[in-house]
Amino acid sequence: MSAIAAPGRTPGSSIVPRIVIYGLLVFFALIYLIPFFVMLVTSLKTMPEIQHGNMLALPKAPTLDPWVRAWGEACVGLTCEGIHGYFWNSIKMVVPAVAISTFLGALNGYVLTKWRFKGHKLVFGLMLFACFIPFQAVLLPMATVLGEFGQFGKFLTNTTGFTFGFGNPTVNLVFVHVVYGLGFTTLFFRNYYEAFPTELVKAAMVDGASFFQIFRRVLLPNSLPIIVVTVIYQFTNIWNDFLFASAYAGSGDVMPMTVALNNVVNTSTGVVEYNVNMAAAMIAAMPTLLVYILAGRYFVRGLMAGAVKG
Amino acid sequence: MAFLEIDRLVKRFGATEVLKGITLEVEEGGFLVLVGPSGCGKSTLLSMIAGLDTISDGEVRINGRRVNELHPSQRDIAMVFQSYALYPNMTVAENIAFGLEMRGVPKTDREAAVAKVAEMLQMGHLLKRKPSQLSGGQRQRVAMGRALVRDPQVFLFDEPLSNLDAKLRVDMRTEIKRLHQRMGTTIVYVTHDQIEAMTLATQIAVLKDGVLQQFGTPAEVYNNPVNMFVADFMGSPSMNLVPAHIRAENGKTVVALSRANEDDLILDPGVASTKLGAVLGQNVLLGIRPEAITDHDGADRNARTLVDVDCHVEVVEPAGSDTFVVTHLGGKHVIARMRSDASVRGGQRAPFTFNMDKAVFFDPQTELRVA
Amino acid sequence: MALSTHIHQELLPVRSSAPTKSMRARMQDALPKLVLAPSFAITLIFVYGFILWTIYLSFTNSKAFPKYVLTDARAYQRLWRWTFESDPPSSWYTSITNMGIFGVLYIAICLGLGLLIAILLDQKIRGEGVLRPIYLYPMALSFIVTGVAWKWFLDPGLGLEQTLHQWGWTSFHFDWIKNKDFVIYTVVIAGVWQASGFVMAMFLAGLRGIDSEIVKASQIDGASTFQLYRRIIIPLLRPVFLSALIVLAHMAIKSYDLVVALTSGGPGGSAWLPSNFMYEYTFKRNEMAVGSASAVIMLATISAIIVPYLYSELREKSR
Repeated sequence: MSAIAAPGRTPGSSIVPRIVIYGLLVFFALIYLIPFFVMLVTSLKTMPEIQHGNMLALPKAPTLDPWVRAWGEACVGLTCEGIHGYFWNSIKMVVPAVAISTFLGALNGYVLTKWRFKGHKLVFGLMLFACFIPFQAVLLPMATVLGEFGQFGKFLTNTTGFTFGFGNPTVNLVFVHVVYGLGFTTLFFRNYYEAFPTELVKAAMVDGASFFQIFRRVLLPNSLPIIVVTVIYQFTNIWNDFLFASAYAGSGDVMPMTVALNNVVNTSTGVVEYNVNMAAAMIAAMPTLLVYILAGRYFVRGLMAGAVKG
Repeated sequence: MAFLEIDRLVKRFGATEVLKGITLEVEEGGFLVLVGPSGCGKSTLLSMIAGLDTISDGEVRINGRRVNELHPSQRDIAMVFQSYALYPNMTVAENIAFGLEMRGVPKTDREAAVAKVAEMLQMGHLLKRKPSQLSGGQRQRVAMGRALVRDPQVFLFDEPLSNLDAKLRVDMRTEIKRLHQRMGTTIVYVTHDQIEAMTLATQIAVLKDGVLQQFGTPAEVYNNPVNMFVADFMGSPSMNLVPAHIRAENGKTVVALSRANEDDLILDPGVASTKLGAVLGQNVLLGIRPEAITDHDGADRNARTLVDVDCHVEVVEPAGSDTFVVTHLGGKHVIARMRSDASVRGGQRAPFTFNMDKAVFFDPQTELRVA
Repeated sequence: MALSTHIHQELLPVRSSAPTKSMRARMQDALPKLVLAPSFAITLIFVYGFILWTIYLSFTNSKAFPKYVLTDARAYQRLWRWTFESDPPSSWYTSITNMGIFGVLYIAICLGLGLLIAILLDQKIRGEGVLRPIYLYPMALSFIVTGVAWKWFLDPGLGLEQTLHQWGWTSFHFDWIKNKDFVIYTVVIAGVWQASGFVMAMFLAGLRGIDSEIVKASQIDGASTFQLYRRIIIPLLRPVFLSALIVLAHMAIKSYDLVVALTSGGPGGSAWLPSNFMYEYTFKRNEMAVGSASAVIMLATISAIIVPYLYSELREKSR
């Protein structure tokens, strides 16, 4: 890691370019920060202060009241019980979806690199391309199939008394996110295991370990970095998803956070409470921001891994 | 019946044959070295013996039993890999014990076995460490320990020393040889380093382009190469291969080497002269190792045919123990190996002694040995 | 035997009969494929099967509910007609023109700004560790949050315009977000804000991967800093440009949430992208066949970019 051409360090260059560089960098940093700053200060202001004050001014008397109201009282459509229920909806959807898609991606990556068969490239290519399709191309058939799942759930309820998850919107979204996340998780693990020394697998074979033993004892314990990357990537993507959420769980009390936030902001009944809206947006952004702050390095690596193919 | 038999073994990747029918056998306790340039198929051959690569045709038998269809873990082999392939998440002790664990050996027995191997390789103090905390040489030992603990019928080594620095490589080479002498287990060892092959092997198999070139003891392969490839590949510096003409002079068969601005150099082929009768009047390549061309006093006293000639010295390269002297014969550079105190200077003429007992002759077209 | 030397092997059939593999061994051989099979099957059905399904629907006259009687290419004919209906613009005309404006500006500005900040950051900057995360954090936010934040920030009555008025610049006028001719540019602004930091990170990684000896050599050759970047470093970043371009193009075509959250579609649907068009026609306007046809066109567009890229990437790595 060597920085390229550092004018400040090479003899014969003046101080002026350095000032320009720092100036530009700080200027850009401010621009990137302003929307978030505005969102944050607005969420801590009272409505009169917002209406009569300056957007960029710090709150005169910071109040957490908008946050409390966003969490517990904000109106989503016609129900005014706050966003906390939708927050949990998202959690209930994200956790299993991330776990399942990551696990399957790891297994797929393992097979596609260490147990290659004829046509492995075609299989991987088809799974990889699935990452790039516009989801609009599958939106409608999936809606139909999920509808069928619902019917099947009703049938199961009538015959056995349980739905077994069929027709449950959260289960549906978990399923959808696993299906359309598999390409990415497989890509991540395949690229990681591609660089994983095959001799270790051979050594384990000579040592007598089975297919699953090699995976569990040799590959998985050495996969922590890519597991973290994949989990963060999937978590961020699924938490932030809006299209599937609005298409398959777009109304009622089953909505995930993103849909609920959009509804809060666009609820037209009564006075628009901007501070509550901003607090709701902050709450919706909190989990992914937290992940980014705590594990930014892995976050970036995930984005890069998703960008650099093959 | 030999202990390890490799019978007309073929490996194909699609339409390309990378191993073209290899037949080899090793007695129990033998040390077989597979040697050849990269891409010759030696590692593939080892992988096929291990069961890590499928066999396209032919058969591998260990102790009389066909193992083609057996999983690597059922072949009763152990393998030391080029990269050592130590499991990074396990301690040294766990690495060594892993194979036993997979075979369901009880914990107490495993611990005893690990302790025994650790003592044999003097690495008891390393057992609790992770591979990342070890030096290259220590990793090498652990890799050997992992193989030793299983007490297999055959050890397979895949270029185990190629990742070590020069000095450590020599030490470990000795260590491997000592272990072999002590354990007496059959070993198949792959290397591209012909010195390793010479020092370790009881049997050497030289491969090139998937074809077995020569199979024999180190001395045979070194002294009686069957073709120019083996002659050139084994030995360092490699054998001089000089264009020469075979002709009759005064009723004797002689070898004539052309020289720049001089008469041809005439050498008496000694014991080879009868065989050379068949190629009388033809061009051949004279193969003679540098140590068979010396200064007069450095020559082998027991040799039957020594020829003293004066040659023009081009370059002198003192190497400490010896001095390499380069001259020009038959249009090619010829290296002689003289004693370090031989008084030779570049640009002058000096006496050279050819030990023609060691000379071999090749057909320049077929590259096969003619005498 | 030990002394024998053989160059050519006589070709006799191997004598001992080859025992067949045990049941268990065959199971072991099939196991990896069995493990991969469910994922692959899911992909085949729910990606490729569904794509075919969508294509099929686009050739029916499905309205509010799918109908499975093939009719004709009427949906495509309508889209084709709409493509040229610019006065007053059809929704489809607006969507694809917006796609063009948004796609070009979004990709170009993200690449330019990303490269600029990456180069600035690569000058051995003190505090790089603080600055870098600031440029990148928007990428962690959902489009919905981004939309909500920018909607507020760009609101003429509350946001930037109002603030500048308060500071005394009363003639400042900025109402793009409410203006049907300019609303798409606000989507560009918010989109660039979100993604340019990520492009910066890609370029920075690329810059850090360049062999520093090349740079030293060029300095000795007398290249100025500007020449160094223009002639040597930027050309070396070509693979990064390609990767970034692919990612951005793919994000641009998929953009749906941002338009919804930032503009709610804009005045009279003037901020629509094809993805919004598809959603609206399929789920709101009961024109399922048209919606499907537009999805097929989106897919075809993206495939034209991605397939050659993936093909070359996977081919290069073949042994």
